[in-house]
Amino acid sequence: MFKNSNSVQNRRKLLQFIMFGFFKMSAAINGIALLIIFYFLVSRGWRAITWTFLTQPPIDSMTRGGILPCIVGTVCLSLGAIIVAIPIGVASAIYLNEYAFQGRILRIIRLGISNLAGVPSIVFGLFGLAFFVVYLKMGVSILAGALTLGVLTLPVIIGTTEEALRAVPKTYREASLGLGATKWQTIYRVVLPAALPGILTGGILGLSRAAGETAPIMFTAAVFFTPSLPSSVFDEIMALPYHIYVLATAGTNIEATRHLQYGTALVLIVLVLGLNLMAIIYRARLQKQH
Amino acid sequence: MATSSHSGKSRYRTEKIIRITFFCISLASIATLALITIFLFMEGLPIFKEVSVKDFVFGQYWYPTDEPPDFGIFSLIVGSLSVTVVSSLISIPLGVLTALYLAETASAGIRQWVKPIVELMAALPSVVIGFFGMVLIAPFLQEVFGVATGLNLFNASLMLAFMSIPTICSISEDAIFSVPTELKEASLALGATHWETIARVILPASLSGITTAIILGMSRAIGETMVVLMVAGGAAIVPISLFDPVRPMPASIAAEMAEAPFRGDHYHALFATAVVLFLFTLLFNLAADYISHKYKQVGASTL
Repeated sequence: MFKNSNSVQNRRKLLQFIMFGFFKMSAAINGIALLIIFYFLVSRGWRAITWTFLTQPPIDSMTRGGILPCIVGTVCLSLGAIIVAIPIGVASAIYLNEYAFQGRILRIIRLGISNLAGVPSIVFGLFGLAFFVVYLKMGVSILAGALTLGVLTLPVIIGTTEEALRAVPKTYREASLGLGATKWQTIYRVVLPAALPGILTGGILGLSRAAGETAPIMFTAAVFFTPSLPSSVFDEIMALPYHIYVLATAGTNIEATRHLQYGTALVLIVLVLGLNLMAIIYRARLQKQH
Repeated sequence: MATSSHSGKSRYRTEKIIRITFFCISLASIATLALITIFLFMEGLPIFKEVSVKDFVFGQYWYPTDEPPDFGIFSLIVGSLSVTVVSSLISIPLGVLTALYLAETASAGIRQWVKPIVELMAALPSVVIGFFGMVLIAPFLQEVFGVATGLNLFNASLMLAFMSIPTICSISEDAIFSVPTELKEASLALGATHWETIARVILPASLSGITTAIILGMSRAIGETMVVLMVAGGAAIVPISLFDPVRPMPASIAAEMAEAPFRGDHYHALFATAVVLFLFTLLFNLAADYISHKYKQVGASTL
């Protein structure tokens, strides 16, 4: 009897040991996969990264030279996207978190945001083509691409801003209202300054999201090759993610440009993950302060 | 006195204007969603003058540039569904187990490292993952399994799984984390082991959140474009084996749109394909929303 119950105990402990092992293994698999991708890109890409590569346009039908126009293009597109998405996103989040009452309208707006976040990136691309490029006659341009990416990053901005607003203690608002300030004065002078770091983090995340997207700009902004850097928002543009895709699948000599592909991918990933790391570290520091 | 009352009134009016402005801006997301729907349908519907909805959705042959062309997207739909299902067989266990690890058994020190890893996974640009699958995984599969091409259903599913794990993991973790501690403590106090508590108490209590996470992860997989464009192989056939090449809907749209004559049948057919894809993801997202609201986690009462 005693022995028996002991062995049951042991079996239960063993089961727990095995299951917890599985937990740990899954987490490890994710980490290893990420490390493999990193190692692969860095080990094969770093040799391509030279001063010429970063500061010169591609030459000889993109088989040699650099990626400067792609870097400029990606910076233009993602900054443009953020300029579109931040005012709209922050204002939406302020309404949702500060003004709206719990009810049907709020529920519908939230449903709209979560569905917008779930729209496939290629659908954004087609929408951008049909609406911005064709219907609003912007043509394939930085403007059309930035607007398409702006719509895509909107849910990211709304989500992070709301989180930042929620983190502002209620007592701040009550104190301000109690001193006779109006709701808007309270938001503008008290809530927004307190939430600003969180909102900035959201902006950085949105920037990195927009910089990495390919499908939405394929038909709205990006082209294989441009002879010069853009001079207006109505110009077509080269972009890092699209450049990788083009070189890897449709280049004149795919094998011969492998080093350029690795190099471009490394630049893109350093840009995107760098922005993300910035956001992660910044947020961790904020959380420590509170 | 009179001035003060006047300024009070104008203050009130300003406040009202501000509130209404914010309300209008907050409708932007809905408006965009509506615009997306309208423009997809506007550019997609004309194809149904050429083929019936039934022939379009269930037609076996996708030869849009032949003369006469065939616009049947059945194999594209099957392609999309197959990569989604196979990838979720990988991503669901990995995502949920990692979430359990993070929320239940990892020490604070380790969690501090693993959480950013999951976030960075989510941030990797899809074109980079597609590129990785193309130049590293594809030759590897070809060699190890002796298959004709490494660009196939399995490779695409693997890459998609990598992309949906962060979604599944982070939403599941939130759900697991928000299970009230009293439930857990009660179970432990009754003599259950930590694992038994997880299996019988914590998992059932967070099931709605985990289900939502899984659906959103699958929605991400079905809508992902660059990965399937680069590594799925691109053959518009109904796959029989794991190592057959497939052509999911997003891949077909992305690959062909640039060549399709503007407002020709092919162009309209691609928009109609996007409508189908959009409806799939809409369905996934509405289901996720429904489950998370209907079975809202309200502590003990959900058990």
